Amino acid sequence: MTVPFALLGLLEREPSHGYELKRDYDTYFGRDKPLPFGQVYATLGRLARDGKVIAGDAEPGGGPDRKRYVITEQGATEVQTWLAEPVEPEPHLQTVLFVKVVLALMLDRDAEKYLDRQRAAHLQRMRELTEVKRNAGTVDALMADHGLFHLEADLRWIDLTAARLSKLAEEVRA
Amino acid sequence: MTPLVEARDIHLSFGPTPALRGATLAVERGEIVAVMGPSGSGKSTLLHSLAGILAPDSGEVYLDGRRIDVLGEGERSALRRDRFGFVFQFGQLVPELTAEENVALPLLLGGARRAPALARARTWFDRLELDDLGARRSGELSGGQAQRVAVARGLVAGPEVLFADEPTGSLDSLTGERVMELLTATAREQNVTVVLVTHEPRVAAYADREVMVRDGRVTSPAPLVGAS
Repeated sequence: MTVPFALLGLLEREPSHGYELKRDYDTYFGRDKPLPFGQVYATLGRLARDGKVIAGDAEPGGGPDRKRYVITEQGATEVQTWLAEPVEPEPHLQTVLFVKVVLALMLDRDAEKYLDRQRAAHLQRMRELTEVKRNAGTVDALMADHGLFHLEADLRWIDLTAARLSKLAEEVRA
Repeated sequence: MTPLVEARDIHLSFGPTPALRGATLAVERGEIVAVMGPSGSGKSTLLHSLAGILAPDSGEVYLDGRRIDVLGEGERSALRRDRFGFVFQFGQLVPELTAEENVALPLLLGGARRAPALARARTWFDRLELDDLGARRSGELSGGQAQRVAVARGLVAGPEVLFADEPTGSLDSLTGERVMELLTATAREQNVTVVLVTHEPRVAAYADREVMVRDGRVTSPAPLVGAS
């Protein structure tokens, strides 16, 4: 689940109202699929219940939109851990990888080191699949190849992103 | 354990252009290590330094604990002939020789007599699925066949280390994979250490581990546990 971490990350940047979180989420991560307001507040509610954010007092005007949310120490620690961990290498990860890179840059974390770890995790998985192929029949070998080609596509994206990190940083920190 | 091949903090410039800026790498005996990195990162220069082809401006290169960067060209040349094997991207077979003679070349250069050298070369043809291609010249071989001949030539003299620079670079991916399968399987069987330069992840996946070269330095993957 990327949405709770994405919202936590945006909150670590600065305390925000729900509508501001939705606006920023849609700008950076939700271009194809904007986040419904209902999901924003449901997620914030769960994060508050679990002690990862604190909701400020409602400001004059009423309604959930009037609360400002602040990340807690526990929430910040979770963001830190999540950003540093490589994702389980499976095909079709681009969205999660992308969110991690953008948030790391916004929060001035070491995005390059994260990409290095992700590259290492991908290559480790590719070694395992290559080993599977060594002794496999055609069906298993082709399934391994399917995984290998997708992981390779991810890796190309990782390398390209690593090469363009400073440019991306300029844009998302603006 | 002493690494079999080691570079310590080596620097090397071509004129004003630095190619290596403090590269450090240790490879254990029997390991297959992929050296990856973008074009121009210094990965081939690192391989050539480890193999005693290039002498670094500063830093140290060791083979089995013995410093080799300070040796003269004659001694380094003997080292390359007696203890190392090489596979390059292309253009490495001698066109005037048959495939068999190409494979036997390192033995002949090492002083072996022609008949036993050719007989030993022939034993490699089955192993690398080259069967009855021994009499052909390089112009009559496909890219994948020529590359397997090159792998046989790299391994025929029983080297301790095989240096391979983009060994599948000129092949389509299926043919390249077959070459990598045969290269790594044979190297493991003969306990040959392999240093493999490649920019292709699918080729690197045949190695035991990979290192990245960036801006003339080697970066190993960071540990996966513990956030920084």
